[in-house]
Amino acid sequence: MQVKAPDRATTADRPVVRRPARRPRTAAPRMHSRTIQGLGYAAPTAVFVTVFFLLPLLLVGRMSLSDWPLLAGDRGGNAPENYTDVTDSPLFWPAVRFTLLYTGIVTVVLLGLALLLALLVQESRPGAGFFRTVYFLPGALGLASASLLFWGLYSPTTGPLSRLLERLGLVDDPVSFLGTPTSALLSTVFLVVWKFAGFYMLILLVGLQRIPHEVYEAARMDGASRGQIFRSITLPLLRPSLALSLLLCVTGSLLAFDQFFVLTKGGPDNSTVTVV
Amino acid sequence: MLTRALGRTPYYVVAAGLAVIFLFPLLWNAWASVDGQPGTAQETGYGLGNYRTLLDYDAGLWRYLGNSTIVSALTVALTLGVSLLGGYAFARFDFPGKNLLFLLTLAILMVPYATLLIPLYVLLGRLHLQNSLLGLSLVLAMFQLPFATFMMRISFEAVPRELEESALVDGCGTAGALRRVLLPAVRPGLITVGLFAFLAAWNDFIAPLILISDSEKAPLPLAVANLRQQSMGAVDYGATEAGVVVLAVPCLLLFLLLQRHYVRGFMSGALKG
Repeated sequence: MQVKAPDRATTADRPVVRRPARRPRTAAPRMHSRTIQGLGYAAPTAVFVTVFFLLPLLLVGRMSLSDWPLLAGDRGGNAPENYTDVTDSPLFWPAVRFTLLYTGIVTVVLLGLALLLALLVQESRPGAGFFRTVYFLPGALGLASASLLFWGLYSPTTGPLSRLLERLGLVDDPVSFLGTPTSALLSTVFLVVWKFAGFYMLILLVGLQRIPHEVYEAARMDGASRGQIFRSITLPLLRPSLALSLLLCVTGSLLAFDQFFVLTKGGPDNSTVTVV
Repeated sequence: MLTRALGRTPYYVVAAGLAVIFLFPLLWNAWASVDGQPGTAQETGYGLGNYRTLLDYDAGLWRYLGNSTIVSALTVALTLGVSLLGGYAFARFDFPGKNLLFLLTLAILMVPYATLLIPLYVLLGRLHLQNSLLGLSLVLAMFQLPFATFMMRISFEAVPRELEESALVDGCGTAGALRRVLLPAVRPGLITVGLFAFLAAWNDFIAPLILISDSEKAPLPLAVANLRQQSMGAVDYGATEAGVVVLAVPCLLLFLLLQRHYVRGFMSGALKG
């Protein structure tokens, strides 16, 4: 792309001629110089995308078909052995099942809560701005720091949750939130929902605010109840935002890694190993 | 008056209850990092013992903070520079391959993060950027490009064309028009992109986990994650909590400071799809 650009310049108009023609009367040379400038401005993006995205993508395609331990370098093709290795691994299918289960739970809980939050903060009551900030605040934390934070929070020995439950007399022994497969899963879901609900709330809020007021008023005039308004106006008109959140949420959860790596390290008994 | 106040009560109970749930982990962590616990540097009473542990851990807290700062600053600068020019090109110019390049940039989002990191590790090795903060920043900036380019393109498209054209007629080149006229107009977009890039770079955990092998060069999240299991399997909760505080405070402050621009940048179009 960069190599091509000067070629065009010389064929269109010589560099010497170009200087006076900077503000040309005719449209054609101007178009050309704008094309070149456009290419120039896009060049850094093109370089970045090529070097750090396309090249690695090709490389990963080749690696997936070869015997290529990271330290030893390329040892030649062995397709499709790597793929059968992956599917033969005893961890693979449980990992797929677990990832799908996790994605399903997170998506339902997260979007439901985000919708509730968006409805709560969209009204112009005093304090709504404050609540919006509070709900979004965990989103500013990194997933890794959030995972570390919850790792302490869930700790059976020093974490406050376990002690709180004991004091309330709900449990007798310290609770191990990450101890059984089910509780580890649910604890992680709670962490993810806590961290991301504010972000999805913001997306849905943008959608909510784009619904014209007149529609609500018309519905109220016609005597629709709150539930009816929500079902037949808010939800359908919110569909684009909901679709976007759904897409982001599902792809995000399918690629989950940080939270499990830090929080559970795949345990107990590899029950929380994800595909990625 | 009274009935209206009563009518609002359930709303505030629900909203405040949720607010407590959302704030509790943050507040608890801040408190726990100075509270005494057996098995940590702060055995009894309140104090900064955990922070002292953190200061002395391995290469030292300042080292890790420095690494994180360098990586974040480089990532933000690279992201802003590339996406500013790229957004301008996509919004205002026509050139061959424009749509293809834009699609490819967005396609970065669709490939699993961790999948790309392994080949990037090999690639950076060839460029002699393996195990270097610059290499890490380049990779992190690349992952920011889809959002940043999209955002900047929309910001530029929202600026009236006449503004730029009058500058061009007055004799500015396109670069001059960009610097003098358009740059102030797209500032909210730049702030959003910059904040996003900072949060991502400051907090990223997987990329340094794979790309950085030298603990001297680890940024803070990696260091804190390593720290919690240092001495013979004994877990130092206190120091971890202190680490989380050190990690979180800059993010929370920046977010609160720039919140207005950030939310506006968000609302003004990034998500109109």
